[in-house]
Amino acid sequence: MSAHDREETGAHEELMELAAKQAALGEVRGAPAADPVNEPMIRHWLAAMGDANPAYLANGVAPPAMAQVWTMQGLGPRQPSPVDEVMTALNEAGFTGVVATNCDHTYHRPLRVGERVTAATRFSDLKGPKSTALGEGYFATWTVTWYSEDDPVAEMLFRVLKFRPKERKKPYPLKPAINQDTAFFWEGVKQGELRIQRCGDCGELRHPPGPLCPTCRSANRDHVVASGLGTLYSFVVHHHPPVPGRETPFVVAVVELPEGVRIVGNIVDCPVEDVGIGMELRVTYSSMDDELTLPLWAPREP
Amino acid sequence: MRSEAAIAGIGATEFSKESGRSELRLAAEAVLAALDDAGLTPSDVDGMVTYTQDTNQEIAVAREVGIGDLTFFSRVHYGGGAACGTVMHAAMAVATGAARTVVCYRAFNERSGRRFGQPDARVGGEPSSQGLEMSWHVPYGLMTPAAWVAMFARRYMHVSGATSEDFGRVAVAMRRHAATNPAAWFHGRPITLEEHQASRWIAEPLHLLDCCQESDGGVALVVTTAERARDLRRSPAVIAAAAQGSGTGQMMMTSYYRDDMAGLPEMSVVGTRLWEMSGLSPADIQTAILYDHFTPFVLNQLEELGFCGRGEAKDYVKDGGIELGGRLPVNPHGGQLGEAYIHGMNGIAEAVRQIRGTSVNQVGGVENVLVTAGTGVPTSGLVLTRG
Repeated sequence: MSAHDREETGAHEELMELAAKQAALGEVRGAPAADPVNEPMIRHWLAAMGDANPAYLANGVAPPAMAQVWTMQGLGPRQPSPVDEVMTALNEAGFTGVVATNCDHTYHRPLRVGERVTAATRFSDLKGPKSTALGEGYFATWTVTWYSEDDPVAEMLFRVLKFRPKERKKPYPLKPAINQDTAFFWEGVKQGELRIQRCGDCGELRHPPGPLCPTCRSANRDHVVASGLGTLYSFVVHHHPPVPGRETPFVVAVVELPEGVRIVGNIVDCPVEDVGIGMELRVTYSSMDDELTLPLWAPREP
Repeated sequence: MRSEAAIAGIGATEFSKESGRSELRLAAEAVLAALDDAGLTPSDVDGMVTYTQDTNQEIAVAREVGIGDLTFFSRVHYGGGAACGTVMHAAMAVATGAARTVVCYRAFNERSGRRFGQPDARVGGEPSSQGLEMSWHVPYGLMTPAAWVAMFARRYMHVSGATSEDFGRVAVAMRRHAATNPAAWFHGRPITLEEHQASRWIAEPLHLLDCCQESDGGVALVVTTAERARDLRRSPAVIAAAAQGSGTGQMMMTSYYRDDMAGLPEMSVVGTRLWEMSGLSPADIQTAILYDHFTPFVLNQLEELGFCGRGEAKDYVKDGGIELGGRLPVNPHGGQLGEAYIHGMNGIAEAVRQIRGTSVNQVGGVENVLVTAGTGVPTSGLVLTRG
């Protein structure tokens, strides 16, 4: 087990211990709602939801789905909840992303105008780590019960995924245009293959590629995978002006392949002053961002 | 088309780094100046030609200066390579009767506005044929004109034995010529070979002083029939030959895949046509305007046009060979390195002055002037003659 893995395991154990501790607290009651169930709030809510049913106000009852409204935290001091410490610990462990995954309501009876409710929160569990499309994370679940006096009127199960956001490479600004004639090349480099177009009829190799064979006019295209060897034919050392996505100086070369075509690429893993015409090269692949891989060239003899 | 048409008028704005005026205004000023020079008025004009990169539509320039009905308009493609092509299209128009008086123009704020020398990540962005072509180079940061040319220059040095100092001799000659041209940006500012060598790297093997400047300005030319031109205010510069040229496997600035990268085949296409059409040879040329956005391609052009053999340009430019008083004075106005970068159009105006005998750096006994346009791209050329 590596030091990194040991650290990860330690963090996981601490999270699970904390989750067990918070769950053991059971149901924690908050303060009573600031206002009793009232007609103005019901009217606003119905208008916001587009609910034209006149029965609620006529009968002096609140829509059950409003349960959360009555104890919603305002701009004042927050009421502590057993969930808070778990969220803080997850953030500190790097699981800073959050997305709500479940919200299930259960209604026991409608609330009447004039009743004052209190919310109680019970931390249920923490499950993880799980691999998700958003990144590695933990599912945290808790339930809130709303009481009028000691009479439970509504319950809500709430679950969130707290995840470690995937590290994305900064997008590389110098993207090639790609179309039906060139896609095979860029798909190849992603797979670590340097592909050269070959005429399906006369066998002629061609780079850069195009829709027709310049020799026999055939549109029957194919490709070969190059050996990955090359010889430096010409090069420039770019100093000025600055180029987006690049640090100067950098070397760009025309490379001649033993297959008989030329290709342009950067020379890497070589001091600038050692670059020269005739140098023996081998291809190497560099991931520029999450989308683009470029074939680059390094000295064959390091 | 041979000798059927002539350049009857030339006009220009001042050349600066910040014109303080719109590109359309620069175009209009240059066109009016050229018409005035020819002794013509906007109502005489029935044809207009510019380049594909010009931001000023022909109809917009026509509206500004009061040109009425147009029977001919054309835009020549491929950037600076189009310069002489505008005159060729105009000459074809007047020779065929498609138009009687054609104005060719180029105007831009290439320094204070959009600078061609700066990288533009968008060029590789769209799947047009040009975007796809650029996409084999732009992702590697190979995206400035200096760097595109430097790739050829390195190979040319390897094949011919030319050195950075040989490129420097071109820069020194151009700055010497500009030093005595009051219209030149580098008027009064010659350079030495040592200063060339000490200037910072832009894209090795090119130093800063191998690269032409960036300029704001406009130049216009008036083309009409040679016969009519003889009756106008100025003595005509007859278009003895005009040609466009693109080579096998041609690309925009990056034809790295077709040959030994030590020449400019498209300029050979142009040269062959010019000599055939004019019936002249390099020995008949007293001064040449060779497109000099970057010094190495001046050497290549001397070879492609037949002024010297392959690999011999380095010797041709030694000892002031292309300076005033040398075997072939090149760009007596100082070229784009010294006078201004107006995409080659200012060089055509200088060729006209040399034919008229009115240049500030007049070469003696001028009968025929060769002019070329942008190199590394599909290009064009002219032979102008007294008459």
